[in-house]
Amino acid sequence: MEAFTTHTGRAVPLRRSNVDTDQIIPAVWLKQVSRTGFEKGLFAAWREDPGFVLNQPEYQGASILVAGPDFGTGSSREHAVWALQQYGFRAVVSARFGDIFRNNATKMGLLPIELPEDAVERLQDKIEANPAKEFTIDLERRELRCDEGGVQTFEIDDYTRWRLLEGLDDIGLTLRHADAITAFEQNRESWLPVTA
Amino acid sequence: MGRTLADKVYDAHVVRSAEGEPDVLYIDLHLIHEVTSPQAFDGLRMADRTVRRPDLTIATEDHNVPTTDILAPIADPVSRTQVETLRKNCAEFGVRLHPMGDAGQGIVHVIGPQLGLTQPGMTVVCGDSHTSTHGAFGALAFGIGTSEVEHVLATQTLSQRRPKMMAVTVDGELPYGVTAKDLILAIITKIGTGGGQGHVIEYRGEAIRSLSMEGRMTVCNMSIEAGARAGMIAPDETTFAYLEGRPHAPSGADWEAAKEYWRSLRTDDDATFDKEVVIDASELTPFVTWGTNPGQGAPLSASVPDPASFEDPTRRAAAERALEYMGLTAGTSLRDVAVDTVFVGSCTNGRIEDLRAVAEVIKGRKVADGVRMLVVPGSMKVKAQAEEEGLNEVFKAAGAEWREAGCSMCLGMNPDQLKPGERSASTSNRNFEGRQGKGGRTHLVSPAVAAATAVTGRLSAPADL
Repeated sequence: MEAFTTHTGRAVPLRRSNVDTDQIIPAVWLKQVSRTGFEKGLFAAWREDPGFVLNQPEYQGASILVAGPDFGTGSSREHAVWALQQYGFRAVVSARFGDIFRNNATKMGLLPIELPEDAVERLQDKIEANPAKEFTIDLERRELRCDEGGVQTFEIDDYTRWRLLEGLDDIGLTLRHADAITAFEQNRESWLPVTA
Repeated sequence: MGRTLADKVYDAHVVRSAEGEPDVLYIDLHLIHEVTSPQAFDGLRMADRTVRRPDLTIATEDHNVPTTDILAPIADPVSRTQVETLRKNCAEFGVRLHPMGDAGQGIVHVIGPQLGLTQPGMTVVCGDSHTSTHGAFGALAFGIGTSEVEHVLATQTLSQRRPKMMAVTVDGELPYGVTAKDLILAIITKIGTGGGQGHVIEYRGEAIRSLSMEGRMTVCNMSIEAGARAGMIAPDETTFAYLEGRPHAPSGADWEAAKEYWRSLRTDDDATFDKEVVIDASELTPFVTWGTNPGQGAPLSASVPDPASFEDPTRRAAAERALEYMGLTAGTSLRDVAVDTVFVGSCTNGRIEDLRAVAEVIKGRKVADGVRMLVVPGSMKVKAQAEEEGLNEVFKAAGAEWREAGCSMCLGMNPDQLKPGERSASTSNRNFEGRQGKGGRTHLVSPAVAAATAVTGRLSAPADL
């Protein structure tokens, strides 16, 4: 996983609620068997509209997506996270995230930042007033800072923060407890089904 | 202090817990399909890891599979590659697979229960958000992403935090003609698409107890549409009766021992929930969606809402956008909304009881002119049973298309798709923009409403016929 410590970049406001993962990456893109090339499918249907915010020249190269509430609801497709990352996003800000999306994002090093809905809207106002404005995300301090000095703190649990800061792979961490897994398996009920 | 059903199942699977760290949670059953697994198997190969418990893993082909000509190679080369990749991965890592054409093939959430692999008190995961379906048996079952699929393949565990607990209690009796699908659509509209976020929902109350296993699966299936990763219902005699005699259910002395344990899987009287919602079943009527998220629903007897009627500006904006996408005008009676396509199927409503409900309505009637009706069984076993009961003949006589098993038009990864601007009444689970085909417009409905709608060509309930 890509480590996340601090990141400075421009942001793009996506003023829509319930941005489900079908919108982030439509199903036709899920037929790929590789992990790359999903940036082209990001918001594929919406990007066909020249008026869509990601098509505006002032937001090209932005790396922080500031979206309406309930971002990443619906399908479990991790392709949504891959598409956002491969397009160039390092963080998504929203008032609420779909549980599976949030989980997938933290496994891949895409930072989901949850802020109150009014704070997200103020942030969107600021970005629209000056799309060139830069923001810095400091995961160590749990801060989202604006280049003119505004600071917004966000919550993230210590363990997830540590794992993101270090860029640690969950499987490796779990395999440290392989003995405990083996011990657990020896005590499972005999009636539990096997597929073999 | 008492514990909830979900707490009990969770506690019984904690391999390791330590202050400040997520728990290591053991997984009893891992379901796999072609879409979310290829990159996970690649990850195993790159790290030189194996599948720890292939005997607790089972795979099927469902999302991409065509529902016609299933013995021919898949025409779409990209879909074909994905299905072939699953076959290679299962062969290489020793995972049991039900491929297209196999009598055991079907939608991943239909075949688990059908085989008796889904049992009370188990932990079940799959790289698919509708894994919540299996909670109908009192299992803790939830969807995961591809990174977690790889984690389960490698370790048979997940790194988890204890979820919060939410109770949705449905008191009273569902009126005649009101089904499990109407109930869950009404629940989602009431609590919203984020209402269950961070929680496991336990469905309780008289109306839930009265549901068949199929109905319970429909309810738990759509928990994710209310934001909850998992939905659960305490196992009872209905559960045991469904399981008894299934290929992977315990038998003999094991059956009695298992049942004794399963009976302990209920929320203690003194347990508390983090959130509680109570619904009166007797007030419910057939329910449909009008918008582009599953929380945008209304009774069939209502009209398309005026966005201005939503006080919350975010919901108002979402409603405005939804009406534009759906091509609907506020104030139009929902019963006046004409459809082009009726889709019956999916992991929400593709089981035998759902097909029977459709057949009961459509028997002796005709699909309206200009309407296409697709009936797609959830599994080959459901298909065989439906044919044994003669349901296929009922569908065909009415003018509907009877297809092979798969996810089909629920998400349109195979050729079963809506064209831009086409409108469907669909027994599936998501009315998202473009879900059933680019530009397609979806109204989520129950099987009975789907059948009545096929007959009239407009959103209808059986009572309207």
